Amino acid sequence: MHADPKGVLTGVHFLDGDHACCEGTLAAGARFAAGYPITPSTEVVERFAWRIPTVGGLFIQMEDELAASIAIQGAVWGGAKAFTVTSGPGFSLMMEHIGYAAMTETPCVFVNVQRGGPSTGLPTLPAQADMMQARWGSHGDYGIIALCPNSPQECFDLTIQAFNLAEEFRVPVMLMLDECVGHMTEKVVIPEADGINIVPRRFTHKSPEEFRLFEPQADGVPDMVKAGDGYRFHVTGLTHDERGYPNMTVDTQDRMVRRMQTKLAPLAGSRAFFEAEHLEGADVVVVSYGITSRVAQRAIELARQQGVRAGKFRLISAWPFPAAHIAELAARVKAFVVPELNLGQMVNEVERAAAGKAAVIPVTHAGGTVHNPETILKAIVEAAR
Amino acid sequence: MNETTLEIPYEIPADAHNPVEPFLRMDRMPHIWCPGCGIGTTVNCFTRALLDSKADLDKVAVVSGIGCTGRVAGYARLDSFHTTHGRAIPFATGLKLSNPELQVVVYSGDGDLFAIGGNHFIHAARRNMDLKVICVNNLTYAMTGGQTAPTTPSKVISATNPYGVFEPSFNLVALAEAAGASYVARWTTYHVKQLARSMEEIFKKKGFCFIEVLSPCPTLYQRRNKMGDGLDTMKFYKEVSKVRHGARTSECELTKSGEIVVGKFVDRERPDYFELLRAQMTESLGDRYAEPEVSCSEC
Ligand code: SF4
Repeated sequence: MHADPKGVLTGVHFLDGDHACCEGTLAAGARFAAGYPITPSTEVVERFAWRIPTVGGLFIQMEDELAASIAIQGAVWGGAKAFTVTSGPGFSLMMEHIGYAAMTETPCVFVNVQRGGPSTGLPTLPAQADMMQARWGSHGDYGIIALCPNSPQECFDLTIQAFNLAEEFRVPVMLMLDECVGHMTEKVVIPEADGINIVPRRFTHKSPEEFRLFEPQADGVPDMVKAGDGYRFHVTGLTHDERGYPNMTVDTQDRMVRRMQTKLAPLAGSRAFFEAEHLEGADVVVVSYGITSRVAQRAIELARQQGVRAGKFRLISAWPFPAAHIAELAARVKAFVVPELNLGQMVNEVERAAAGKAAVIPVTHAGGTVHNPETILKAIVEAAR
Repeated sequence: MNETTLEIPYEIPADAHNPVEPFLRMDRMPHIWCPGCGIGTTVNCFTRALLDSKADLDKVAVVSGIGCTGRVAGYARLDSFHTTHGRAIPFATGLKLSNPELQVVVYSGDGDLFAIGGNHFIHAARRNMDLKVICVNNLTYAMTGGQTAPTTPSKVISATNPYGVFEPSFNLVALAEAAGASYVARWTTYHVKQLARSMEEIFKKKGFCFIEVLSPCPTLYQRRNKMGDGLDTMKFYKEVSKVRHGARTSECELTKSGEIVVGKFVDRERPDYFELLRAQMTESLGDRYAEPEVSCSEC
């Protein structure tokens, strides 16, 4: 399906990542946003609040992030495409409702423009230290999708992708920006509406008598309904059966929790999102994402100028983690170098996937600025020896 | 409670034991509530109010939080949402804003709505969001075993105040009025007719409406405080309740065994959220303002 032209600001723009992300939500068909102000993410909803009254939708500033992150889910069950935006401290508060969205299979989008933590940390400065929190921050076992744009253009493109994936898999999707990507201004090309592919909500065709809200289709994902259409359905955060009724048996728990993870399996394998370069014959592969991938790019180029066979593997979807691809690479490279603006998060996944077949070298940074490319270069050169 | 002389616009199954059956998920019965609990009584009143108001049941949604009352959503044969602890109101806010033709009823307990969810309550009232909030107030955290709630009166013995509650409690009706609610009433589960009528009234009223229903929790509150069982509580409600419509909410505090002022205290006209939004946007944007079309069946 094509995008609704009402939300699409076709043209060539000069935008920062936060503003580009907002345009992505509008192009994707989001007509409802709820938010709570927090640096460095607020520009996304500020722009939405400015744009949406002429597009035909709503922004509401809620009393806190708990409220924002559940208001969007109420909106989704009312039939909307909806999202919220935050940064570290607010993301921590939203964990409860990321779990609720996973449990109730509510398609929605959470944008996190990462800043330095823990706690209040570095409100205006970058980090990539919420990567594990995005995956595991709410209690219990569940699955989510997390995408990591590295430019304003990608902030636009991946925001649309995030909404599409949320609909396809009925999961909360995280857009993991960082302060640098959120605030860097670059050219952003917004295509015509008919050049933008939108995944519509998969509403059931069954009658209310036949329909069961959590009955998986062939792809493991159940069909949707919305309130007011006569289905008289029930949604609960309790363990529930296919009808949506609470059912706290070991069997139901196992069936439901496993399906919530396995439905995402294609994204860890054949449908993983990544960008690769110079992998053929590479000795060292740099695995990076977000703003760090831009710095790593420079380091890779410098290494190659020195004759080091360095390749690039940029994570676009950090979660599900493309473990199969890393495992395949591990069998034919010497080492992975993993720079990230944290003290070692995604590097653990690389290590797990590499399973001892290649060395895995973290290049850590506590956040506040980006790496010096020389530091990454040094790690690449050493790893190649 | 079985007799009804009202015209019933719904088909009642021939084998139904009770005219409220069409409103309930009978395949989920028996419910989890204890004998003598007041929550079921409030649900009965709720179904009667739906019946009497001839509401289109496809357009009524119930949103609950967590707790004994939080389970109401699971039994109502309506679009129903059992959300997270304290967050029924913000969920309901999103639901209402995305699909304004829905009648959105928030049905939850005192701990859920006024402790963990207190902030959401006052803000939804301030916005005059078009939500109908029914609070079953049993003066305790029942689901978790009878701990002190922000509503528990002084001197009461609870699981977390074994020597007696000493913190002052909230006066919910005063709080609702101060925060901006358009409609505020209080009843007890003894006042079934009045409660059903009040519920019917709020279905027809625009804006943020609030009904507090005092309800026994014989299992954890009355028993621990030697106040008898469910029936004794009905007698107690009957004895100490005074109907005083229009009473000043600040004078309607609840105590452990003192008077319970019941009635409709507030019924005022305030523009609701949508009206305020439309007025402001039209003033600022004129023809450029596009009415929100948030919900979509094709996208
Ligand atoms: S614990 Fe109390 S409130 Fe809960 S069902 Fe039993 S009597 Fe009712």
